[in-house]
Amino acid sequence: MNLLWLSHFTATSSIGRGLDQTLTALRQRSAGLAPCAFETVDLATFIGEVAGVDAVQVPSRLADYDCRNNRLALLGLTQDGFAEAVHAAIVKYGAQRIGLFLGTSTSGILQTELAYRRRDPASGALPADYIYGTTHNTFSVADFTRHYFGLTGPAVVVSSACSSSAKVFASARRMMAAGLIDAAVVGGVDSLCLTTLYGFNSLGLISEQACRPFDTQRNGISIGEAAAFALLENTPEHLDADAVLLLGIGESSDAYHMSSPRPDGLGARMAMQDALQMAGLRASEIDYINLHGTATQSNDAAEGKAVHSIFGSGTPCSSTKGATGHTLGAAGGVEAVICALGLQHGLLPAGLNTRQLDPTLALDYILENRARSVTRVLSNSFGFGGTNCSLVFGRAGKP
Amino acid sequence: MTLTAYIEGIGLLGPGLTDWPTSQAVLGGQQPYRSRKTVLPSPALLPAAERRRSGAIVKLSLATGLEAIAAAGLDAASLPSVFSSSSGDGENCHAICEMLASDDRQISPTRFHNSVHNAAAGYWSIATGAMTTASVLSAFDASFGAGLLEALTQVVVDDTRAVLLACDTAYPEPLYSARPIPDAFGIALVLAPQRSARALAQITVDLTDAGADRLDDAALESLRIAIPAARGLPLLCSIAQRQDKHLVLDYLDSSRLAAAIALC
Repeated sequence: MNLLWLSHFTATSSIGRGLDQTLTALRQRSAGLAPCAFETVDLATFIGEVAGVDAVQVPSRLADYDCRNNRLALLGLTQDGFAEAVHAAIVKYGAQRIGLFLGTSTSGILQTELAYRRRDPASGALPADYIYGTTHNTFSVADFTRHYFGLTGPAVVVSSACSSSAKVFASARRMMAAGLIDAAVVGGVDSLCLTTLYGFNSLGLISEQACRPFDTQRNGISIGEAAAFALLENTPEHLDADAVLLLGIGESSDAYHMSSPRPDGLGARMAMQDALQMAGLRASEIDYINLHGTATQSNDAAEGKAVHSIFGSGTPCSSTKGATGHTLGAAGGVEAVICALGLQHGLLPAGLNTRQLDPTLALDYILENRARSVTRVLSNSFGFGGTNCSLVFGRAGKP
Repeated sequence: MTLTAYIEGIGLLGPGLTDWPTSQAVLGGQQPYRSRKTVLPSPALLPAAERRRSGAIVKLSLATGLEAIAAAGLDAASLPSVFSSSSGDGENCHAICEMLASDDRQISPTRFHNSVHNAAAGYWSIATGAMTTASVLSAFDASFGAGLLEALTQVVVDDTRAVLLACDTAYPEPLYSARPIPDAFGIALVLAPQRSARALAQITVDLTDAGADRLDDAALESLRIAIPAARGLPLLCSIAQRQDKHLVLDYLDSSRLAAAIALC
């Protein structure tokens, strides 16, 4: 494939606003998970809530878009000079030559959940101030973002559950390669809502403790929220050694079950193999794997099997969901940014909360940070409905 | 920069339109269009447990997608897919929001896994055995155009056949008042990178500032406006009319899709 350059990127999650706070949290091994006190939720679980989302004010011209998900999007877009980078790209390429590809699973559904508490007792009607299209609708976060920047090129939301903001890289790559656009804003935004908290609870998939990926005692996820973005451009002739490139993408479907991964990990294996093949790399050339690692019994078992079948036990890997929680449709984007930070700063981030590694999952799962030069990494994102996506990122300069 | 592909199979299901072969006379202007509530077939290809759990968007996607692929004489398991919908299952969403606003918030596992936007893609993969990639998209009223662009870039860049499934289903009240999609409507297209004996038409697409074409028939035009997936109807009308045509299909407020249709 044509290598794509992540010329700017940023992430905001429960471990920090923007890159500096995120990197510091990873280095200090501090988690953003805390007992759930979100809204009126009465579940005994831990969540990764982003502080200050309610205080974010969307510009008055975009007032119709006001909801938690778009506030979180705006909070994320305004970190690390990302918004300025998009404005500069508009000057460079033209607003119609920049594509927008954002992942989300639940978008602004919280707005509808709250509106349903205020229905007219006689007619059942939703309150007059409720606006569906610019808040709840799945596309709302991309529509908000394109109007915020004045982008006029192709725009879409990818909503394939927890692989959403990994798969945005695939859609952006294809549209750039087709020549329809010169650059792409990609990313993911997912925010806390009752549907996912009570929904994952109904499946018995949320933990009452901070999630413990790949632990023998793992018993479910901790739901988080996040906004992560990257600006993708074609690779210029000269790049700094620590520039981050997208080297390969693999996508597959499980064809197995709506809410459980294939136990043999075949779908996950296909995605990883395709990503390596597109990157032209052997498994041994990958320095670190950011696992999907949700801390459910079935995900970690299937993913562990799949990773082992390709990489053996020698490749350092971890899930950063013990720090951020599972940010669902934003997870692929957040973990892409964590991989980019790892490449630039020579950091393999440890998995948090894991006390006793599951001995049946024979991986080099790292429980302490490792500082070393990192050249190529792979990030896994899998989701409900059996949707799988693996991304390979690399440093422009060899060590 | 234009994108070119060949349409090898068409699936269609919507109010008064029961499949592609029987709808061609209506869309071609030889018979009048009469709207009748969409009847969704039970998805025979799904295992019994999944069939019981499947909602309208799953039934509609399976019906239209399988029709297009059968018409093209292909194996669904071999095709990458693009699912594009304004939203997921409306009835299911209403039921969840109602429960979450009540004293008992214990929504069922099936309700929850049916709530994801990629429910249709998941059931599709289970039904067909396709382990290929599925892109699952939403662009509100622009969802048909967004899906067509995604499918075309897949066909052109990855040099592969792909199936586009653009489907929308209705929201019940009270959501209907906020998002008045009146009925279920779906279009599926099998697209190929090269011309083959199966090809029905060549389609070439580019972005344009021009306004979207309207349909001459008032009832079909109101259908086109009412349901996002029906924004693709002008494309099917031009094939049904057996005419090479330059069309403008609706897409975003900032751009539309110029589509040149040449019959094969």
